Amino acid sequence: MPKDIEKPHYLLVNADESEPGTCKDRDILRNEPHKLLEGIALASCAVGAHVAYIYVRGEYFRETETLQAAIDEAYEAGFFGKKSEKTIGWNLDVYIHRGAGAYICGEESALMESLEGKKGFPRIKPPFPAQSGLYGCPTTINNVESIAVVATILRRGANWFANLGRPNNTGTKIFCISGHVNNPCNVEEEMGIPLRELIEKHAGGVRGGWNNLKAVIPGGSSVPLLPKSICDDVLMDFDSLHDVQSGLGTAAVIVMDESTDIIKAIARLSKFYMHESCGQCSPCREGSGWVWRMMERLAKGQAETQDIDLLNQVSKQIEGHTICAFGDTIAWPVQGLIRHFRHEIEARIARGNS
Amino acid sequence: MMVKLTIDGKEIDVAEGTSILKACEKVHKEIPVFCYHPRLSVAGNCRMCLVEVEHSKKPIASCATPVAEGMVVHTNTPMVEESRKGVLELLLINHPLDCPICDQGGECDLQDITINYGSGSSRYQFYKRAVGNKYMGPFIKTIMNRCIHCTRCTRFATEVAGVEKIGTQGRGEDTEIISYLEKAISSELSGNMIDICPVGALTNKPYAFHGRPWELRHTNSIDVLDAVGSNIRIDTRDNEVMRIMPRLNEDINEEWISDKTRFAYDGLSCQRLDKPYIRKNKKLVPCSWDEAFSAIAKKIKKLDAEEMAALAGDLSDQESQLALRMLLDRLNIRNRDCRIDGAMIPFDHRSHYIFNTTINGLEHCDAVLLIGCNPRLEATIVNARLRKAVTKNHCVIGLIGEPVDLTYLYEPLGNTPDTLEEIIKGSHPFSKTLKAAKNPAVIVGVHCFAEKNTNLIFSYLNTLHEKFNATINILHIAAGRVGGLDAGFVPGPEGKNFLEIIESAKAGDVKLLYLLNVDIDANFGDAFVIYQGHHGDKGAHRADVILPGAAFSEKVATYVNMEGRSQRTDKAIPAPGEAKEDWKIIRALSKWVGETLPFDTLNQLQELLPQPDEAVPFEPFNVASTKGKNLHFKSVTMNYYMHDVISRHSINMANAVREIQEHHRGTL
Repeated sequence: MPKDIEKPHYLLVNADESEPGTCKDRDILRNEPHKLLEGIALASCAVGAHVAYIYVRGEYFRETETLQAAIDEAYEAGFFGKKSEKTIGWNLDVYIHRGAGAYICGEESALMESLEGKKGFPRIKPPFPAQSGLYGCPTTINNVESIAVVATILRRGANWFANLGRPNNTGTKIFCISGHVNNPCNVEEEMGIPLRELIEKHAGGVRGGWNNLKAVIPGGSSVPLLPKSICDDVLMDFDSLHDVQSGLGTAAVIVMDESTDIIKAIARLSKFYMHESCGQCSPCREGSGWVWRMMERLAKGQAETQDIDLLNQVSKQIEGHTICAFGDTIAWPVQGLIRHFRHEIEARIARGNS
Repeated sequence: MMVKLTIDGKEIDVAEGTSILKACEKVHKEIPVFCYHPRLSVAGNCRMCLVEVEHSKKPIASCATPVAEGMVVHTNTPMVEESRKGVLELLLINHPLDCPICDQGGECDLQDITINYGSGSSRYQFYKRAVGNKYMGPFIKTIMNRCIHCTRCTRFATEVAGVEKIGTQGRGEDTEIISYLEKAISSELSGNMIDICPVGALTNKPYAFHGRPWELRHTNSIDVLDAVGSNIRIDTRDNEVMRIMPRLNEDINEEWISDKTRFAYDGLSCQRLDKPYIRKNKKLVPCSWDEAFSAIAKKIKKLDAEEMAALAGDLSDQESQLALRMLLDRLNIRNRDCRIDGAMIPFDHRSHYIFNTTINGLEHCDAVLLIGCNPRLEATIVNARLRKAVTKNHCVIGLIGEPVDLTYLYEPLGNTPDTLEEIIKGSHPFSKTLKAAKNPAVIVGVHCFAEKNTNLIFSYLNTLHEKFNATINILHIAAGRVGGLDAGFVPGPEGKNFLEIIESAKAGDVKLLYLLNVDIDANFGDAFVIYQGHHGDKGAHRADVILPGAAFSEKVATYVNMEGRSQRTDKAIPAPGEAKEDWKIIRALSKWVGETLPFDTLNQLQELLPQPDEAVPFEPFNVASTKGKNLHFKSVTMNYYMHDVISRHSINMANAVREIQEHHRGTL
């Protein structure tokens, strides 16, 4: 955050958790909103913000109520509001803003547009939010999980946090394990835990045993999936998932066993992304529909083999050419599918054409 | 601060903050664009302008990215080529293949760019998106299937025109450009959206299916329907004006023109005077030129100079006004005037009747006081500049007069001269604004000079100039006025002015009246009226002799705009029938009355035109007596779409008026 800009500074907390498979922020809002508020107070002081906004996903209705109750308590106790200067040593006001259900409003700059009362269109970067964010003022925007962990890190010391995990991939992460596991759950674990250990230790293992595993989407629906062969020994952190051409994303682990129609599953994700494309820039607006329609064809087996390459090419035409990262999220699941399950698509096409 | 960067191996220095796209233009590397427009904000949404920048994994949108020191840009690598091809293919999948029947065909950005980056065949095997057409008024035809959502139109409407009547609705594939409540775009600049639309989504409604761009002959000319003098291009086919397009002139109209300028052209072919007429037995009957001239000459010879008068109207070019004045001089006729709206604008010094700040200069103003005018209707392009000053230069604008919607925020300061007095005395908050301003300007509507106590307003203007160092500007409405004042078409010594001429004609003292393009509602009594003009309108109906002249599209003629800038129209089509250029008619008449004028060609006449210095320092008005305070600022009532003889006979303008009456009752 630049210190020489005299405009007001803002702290924004992104609680617009919309990525399919992800529900870690919801648990924080539900069960320990005070932790988030404590983090907000600390972070606001650090970045020089006297106003903090929490942009909560519209569907989190009860969670918003819980969070509001916690904020009210804080105001009553004098931690926020007029008395906060004396109690916590920093003048701070905290407001909740409820979203209206658009996935794209979780993108930081679209979130700011939405908060300003405009259509949730991502902004062109640069300038980045730290320079010109909410209302054109310097803004720090972070996820609920990142802000909520601030107090713990300060209490136990940065060294403690940095010593968890592997080099460059330190600290803890809340994993949201869903899908075909015996015990779906949210769990905070050390970074770099092996995927297999994570699933077996906390989620009761894959339904029908590890050998019944087909694929895992390791970081929320927008990252490429991993077939069982990779899942066997991959570590859950940024670098090792990047090395296997996937990503940690939101750390939402979606487990799919052998009963899954993997092509149909990815086609459903494509439909979601088509529906949620904001329509601002051309590749994503036009391409998302094309990708979904082709995926539907592949799922039904009503296609030609060369359509697989066409789909791959179209996804590359979208990837990296858009204003925000949404273009990539349309492309990656499809690319992951083609990379690891091409044989299955080809077999279905052969069956469909026979 | 200059920044050094390399584009395709060429090193250049550009100012900090320049976009990569502009830097590329400097080294003549053309970047294909759809959404980028130099006069609008950057949207960066078409993604066509992608370039490769070293150390960046992704291609970068050059329109939205500022240059940085040491940047290495490539515009012709395989990566760039692939990105552009990919984006273009995606834009085309939902674009209909109706180029053969598209009016944009031949001047379509999408077509042009497809030639460079398009593939020969389509790989998209699904149904294309279908979008319903939207109603946007009588001028804009929409075929929304063709829209590529570049949002140039919405940005134009919000940023330049200042009407938030168009926007995007829906999300993703369902995104649509819509007009608010499917109503017409209530802006006098709406036609420009047709020009800036890079595809055939917004096209010219009156011109729809009338022609193809490659059939048209282009003639560079000047618009005369207001006093701005917008630079235009007249597109003709087979001696018919097909459409009017703007021409770039940074000093005047940038690249915008008003709807009247653009769409009133169809009035040029309706109700035209194509042969001379003479009144016999109370009826106008066609006659020969000789017959008409001899009737006029006979009448002139019978009368004394004091019994004759001449008026020059709004559309008169400078040549004809000068020629007529020379003829009047020779006949010793001193009753003449070109100020036919009754606005007694002083003509003793040039700075008293021109727009001294200049239109371009308005951009640098930080405080403007509007007095008794509505620039939105009187000079739409000037209003667009004022809006630019407000949005770009934080100009503060105050209006003394009836409050109206000027498309930007201004301070309504009331409607009485008391406010003006308070401002001058310093007791009004706006005088602080004027005092603090570096470049203040005052814009006075011509109607203010139609008041009885013009001396009072002169003294106000003098004080405003002295006290606040404000530039004084007169906002003219008529294209021919400044030219006429320059050419001296004003009362001679002891001659009658416009108001006196009308009075005398009514009383029977003026027995012959020469109307050069004058179409006004007035009672000329029993006077013998000669009308020279191009439309059968008010003037022709009253005339005893009609001399058919040429409209601005049919002659080479000089018009001086409100800034005092002399510009020339060009002949795009011939005048209809026996109609002649106006200077020729006056030259021919001069021979009939025995006072042959000393020129035989247009060039010879144009050499006689006054050549005033464009920039003259302001001199205070001569103020006689300021007694009597019967001054107030009337609201400017003017039918924008039907102000002159050309627009009054235009079907397009009539449609616009009907649109307003039916759908926008009360507004504009």
